[in-house]
Amino acid sequence: MLHGVRNAAVFPFLAGVLVLLTCDPDQVGVNLTGFLKPPSHQAPSATAPASQTPGASQSGVPVRPTLTPPARPTLSVVVLDPAHGGTDPGARGGAGLHESDVVVALASNLRAALEKEGFQVIFTRQGNDNPSFDDRSTLANAQSGAIFVSLHAGSTGLPGTVRVYTCPDAPGNLAAPGGLLPWNRAQAAFLTLSRKLADIAQGELAKQFKGSPNSAPTAAIRQLRSIAAPAIAVELSSVSVDDRSELDRMLPGVADAVARAIASFKPVYDSWPPGGGG
Amino acid sequence: MNPRWRQWLFIGLAAAVLVAAVFLPLLRRSVKRSARLQVQSEEQARRELLHPTIVNSSEPRVKTSLFWASPEQDGALAAVSVQMPLSNDPVLRAKQVLDTLLAGPVDADLRTLPPDAALLEFYLLPDGTGVADFSDPMATSLPSGIESEQMAVDSIARTLEANVPQVQRLKILIHGQEAETLAGHVDLTGTFVVNTKGAVASAAVAPEMLTPTSAPGKLSQPERKP
Repeated sequence: MLHGVRNAAVFPFLAGVLVLLTCDPDQVGVNLTGFLKPPSHQAPSATAPASQTPGASQSGVPVRPTLTPPARPTLSVVVLDPAHGGTDPGARGGAGLHESDVVVALASNLRAALEKEGFQVIFTRQGNDNPSFDDRSTLANAQSGAIFVSLHAGSTGLPGTVRVYTCPDAPGNLAAPGGLLPWNRAQAAFLTLSRKLADIAQGELAKQFKGSPNSAPTAAIRQLRSIAAPAIAVELSSVSVDDRSELDRMLPGVADAVARAIASFKPVYDSWPPGGGG
Repeated sequence: MNPRWRQWLFIGLAAAVLVAAVFLPLLRRSVKRSARLQVQSEEQARRELLHPTIVNSSEPRVKTSLFWASPEQDGALAAVSVQMPLSNDPVLRAKQVLDTLLAGPVDADLRTLPPDAALLEFYLLPDGTGVADFSDPMATSLPSGIESEQMAVDSIARTLEANVPQVQRLKILIHGQEAETLAGHVDLTGTFVVNTKGAVASAAVAPEMLTPTSAPGKLSQPERKP
């Protein structure tokens, strides 16, 4: 009896294996490597009968019909990331200045300047909470037509200077089979655009804040590496000043310079070819 | 008190005030310097207790390049050459140069690493990855900020590159554990390129190159979002 049951269970299993072996994985919709497939681009089959393909040549040679690519959004959203918050004050200065407070003030200045330029602004944190790096990335990666600006105030550097950072180069081919990107290396595909944005912003800031570098440096910033959009980090120097008013005086100028840079970057973003982010 | 005595007293007091005005700042500076020296010697003693310097006087003295903050350019590193005995064994050599780097330059303002941090261990993996395990103060005493953290990492990487050619990449551990960031900004989950001549990339290599990590999500395209 038990033997019979075992045989009965084996036949459907063998049949399933046969189906999987004989079917085209694309038709089944399963990628055996374990990755989700990217959205289908509906590439037409080159062997489709000419009679079924509009515009096919009379000679019977199959012709690929042209497909209109989906419209790409233009740059309209800026995700502002006031770093740290909550129990993490970030850099701390001798006069009791906390990075987490300074960057909130900078974010509010920058929001006003960006809204004047016509951008929609989204904050990664409200009040004094401290979302994780991945929570902030999740919010940013859900936006369409967006860039990411992380705001910092360091405890070193020449007071009154500002630096704009991007992630360093990533090695080799980053895409997994099927064109997928690992979450924690998402920024690698956008480095070229991020650098263009950073260079424009650094140039604007260097004009206004003497002693700031003329070109944007790179740093392995944890927050930026999982952002799937052009992303920069702006760091002011520094929370070590004796008087907070020195930093407060910088904020409107930094905000205006960064907003101008983003407005100048918009045409670059809007005309960038799809897939040319890296 | 007769007027002549009073006059001499005023002159004496005025002279004392003048002398004090000249010497007080010098005295204050000297007190500060001696206090700093005392702190440094305490830190040195603590470091030696934690990790005695491995220097064998019979080893050949070689020119060693150590990278600290540049006195001329803000945010840049500058190489300082010193003659010191160095082992031929790459692991011992890495420990020797990193211990010297941690001890700091003559001018304490040019430090890139916290004075109370210590190198607990150094490993060299067969693929050329050097794993440097530092004590907690490397993360807790380092001034927080993108610039200061990246300079700390760069000073370690450039010093290893100049003196220990066997090290291709650098992985930094804090007290034996992988930390997410150094002091809140710079990513420590990956490795840093040390041998810049032979490397494809210039800095942090993706985390999964060294340790498999679970991805919290997946992105569909290596290009701009639709």
